Amino acid sequence: MEEMVNVYFYGKKYSVPAELTIQTAMEYAGYTLKRGCGCRHGFCGACTTIYRIKGKNELKTCLACQTKVEEGMYITQIPYFPTDKRTYEVNDLQPGQKVMMELYPEIYSCIGCNACTKACTQSLSVMQYIAYAQRGDLQKCAEESFDCIMCGCCSVRCPAGISHPMVGILARRLTGKYIAPEAKHLTKRVEEINEGKFDEAMADMMNKPIDEVKELYNTREIEK
Amino acid sequence: MYAPYPENMMESIKKVEATRAARMATEPRRLTADEKDALLKAFHPDYNDDSFAEIKVGPNKGQRAPIELAEMLHSTSRLMTDKVDISKIDYDVDVLVIGGGGAGSSCAIEAHNAGANVMIVTKLRIGDANTMMAEGGIQAADKENDSPVQHYLDCFGGGHFAARPELVKRLVTEAPDAIKWLNELGVEFDKELDGTMVTTHGGGTSRKRMHAAKDYSGAEIMRTLRDEVINLGIPVIEFTSAVELIKDDKGQVAGAVLLNMETGDYAVAKAKTVVIATGGAGRMHYNGFPTSNHYGATADGLILGYRAGAPLLYQDSIQYHPTGAVYPSQILGALVTEKVRSVGAQLVNANGEAYIHPLETRDVNASGVIRECREGRGVDIPGGLKGVWLDTPMIEILGGAGTIEKRIPAMFRMYMNYGIDMRKVPILIYPTLHYQNGGLEINGDGFTNVIPNLLVAGEAAGGIHGTNRLMGNSLLDVIVFGRNAGKKAAAKYKEVEIGNMNLDHVEAFDKELKEAGLDTGEVSPKLLPKYARHGRNV
Repeated sequence: MEEMVNVYFYGKKYSVPAELTIQTAMEYAGYTLKRGCGCRHGFCGACTTIYRIKGKNELKTCLACQTKVEEGMYITQIPYFPTDKRTYEVNDLQPGQKVMMELYPEIYSCIGCNACTKACTQSLSVMQYIAYAQRGDLQKCAEESFDCIMCGCCSVRCPAGISHPMVGILARRLTGKYIAPEAKHLTKRVEEINEGKFDEAMADMMNKPIDEVKELYNTREIEK
Repeated sequence: MYAPYPENMMESIKKVEATRAARMATEPRRLTADEKDALLKAFHPDYNDDSFAEIKVGPNKGQRAPIELAEMLHSTSRLMTDKVDISKIDYDVDVLVIGGGGAGSSCAIEAHNAGANVMIVTKLRIGDANTMMAEGGIQAADKENDSPVQHYLDCFGGGHFAARPELVKRLVTEAPDAIKWLNELGVEFDKELDGTMVTTHGGGTSRKRMHAAKDYSGAEIMRTLRDEVINLGIPVIEFTSAVELIKDDKGQVAGAVLLNMETGDYAVAKAKTVVIATGGAGRMHYNGFPTSNHYGATADGLILGYRAGAPLLYQDSIQYHPTGAVYPSQILGALVTEKVRSVGAQLVNANGEAYIHPLETRDVNASGVIRECREGRGVDIPGGLKGVWLDTPMIEILGGAGTIEKRIPAMFRMYMNYGIDMRKVPILIYPTLHYQNGGLEINGDGFTNVIPNLLVAGEAAGGIHGTNRLMGNSLLDVIVFGRNAGKKAAAKYKEVEIGNMNLDHVEAFDKELKEAGLDTGEVSPKLLPKYARHGRNV
């Protein structure tokens, strides 16, 4: 007999196998998920969930697909949260403090409660990356926010109304585009291709009899 | 002692640890072409005839497809019972993109930038796609010792020489520009301090050309593309499936019938060009395998295109990723990125033997895992499953302490959720259903051969990878062929005049089904897998 636990989806009680995740437990209970279910493996941030264990005070945030059910969980999903993404033309931006001031001025209203960090389903130092953004240290903000899956749990809990994931992605895009050094070998290779440097060798390869191509493949040297 | 696994597994780990030093001193031998063929024939699921059925109708009649796909091909349209008035147009655009993953988003950005009025419809949210879940990286021959021709050879050979050469040529030739385009959109690739891309091997690559963004490569690309789509103001109609293409009396595609997933209401989109970018089919669970794919991967675009007359190519070729998580049960089928092997982990059986080179092509390595398990050298897992070890502690020995958290943080996090520290103990894997190698047949420019203004991009297209795809060529494919489709659609629509719109092909297909005596009791496309558990009191 498999071990069962009692959980409450939107306040309604269900008995489900203890080894299930919140997501598979909802399906066990009979739900056909449309919202609140995406990649099912912790990469897309669709299954933002909030719960409290009966008798405990703490309100917890999690991804339904990455969290095992526990006895007495009161569960609600937040399949959409109105985070506020500002739009911009990335080619017109300058990577500095000003860009954050202009696009996301509310980050300066942070009261330092750290609720965002506590809510993060990826265990990121969310308040810290917002602090980097305030200072205009986009590279640090990018680094600290890199593993963000944009589930929005931080924003749900923020008393200052900050849309943290949107701040993070702005910092990352500016870092990737402007701050990280250029890959010169990449630029060079694109130029070589555009100049047709490989055209002849490619045509040659494509015109070879199949047995010759097989021989080339099977005997090709593999870089150590 | 640190023991996050049941006793039998800990016993096997002792053997893995005992052989580790010796294994690390030598690299396992690569198999010869004949050895690979023999292994595939004996153990690859594509060679299991019981899991395939003959296609009875349509352009690929007489060929085989996985049973679950054949059932969808043999099912009729929702619109045979739900009557939709297609003369009432809800959306009228130049380019309709069906699917909001990496291919659809790249396509929409390029079509928009070329001046087209483009719209995305997507079944779930934009970015709920396999692109988001691609971990390991993206290939491009941009290093001095590499060339697009070398990339061509790896791709073409790895796909068993079955790919369409003109498609492989486009894939590899436009790869460096795809990386550059992404980088200029702000994708943060792993770089050295001087800007040199950090590149590694993938299974079957002869040069280190795998670019990555830690092990969030696809997520980093997808969230950037999504951000850009929103910045450009491209309309994205979420939670809306295309359930049928609309054609006109000239044999062109003319738009699609859309279904609001939440309300059940239908809408009609008219378009001068249509791009199918609906992705893969993992949630069809071919051969009963678990899958690494996202929730909506149900081969919808294949059904839409097929019913409108577009043939499939290599619909019977499926990629099982050799390393899916098999323990603990909560993450069954989840992808364990090939990058874990790129940075040093070996595949090791229950006896502690590195029985194969860890970077053979995926079909070969998957077959190897299945062989070890079937022949009694797998590790027993509660519930009757088996797996082999991926010896992750090797990564830290090779690369130094901290390598795992730096290079594969997502994997580290996924296992730590369940108390398994992969720096200290190996992890258990078994193949997981990962990719459809085939799809709708396209020509070198991304168009279907039979409908002049219908394009296909990304995983829904067939022929780019032959019958086995290399790691890092799918993220590349969605960008290269997504961008290409956007540019081509934006050029094409200007010469398209839509005639009288109709759904005659849907009626005709239904008639063909009836004449063939097919009645599956289902409608297709599937849209979502049936995971809800009902009627347990019965």
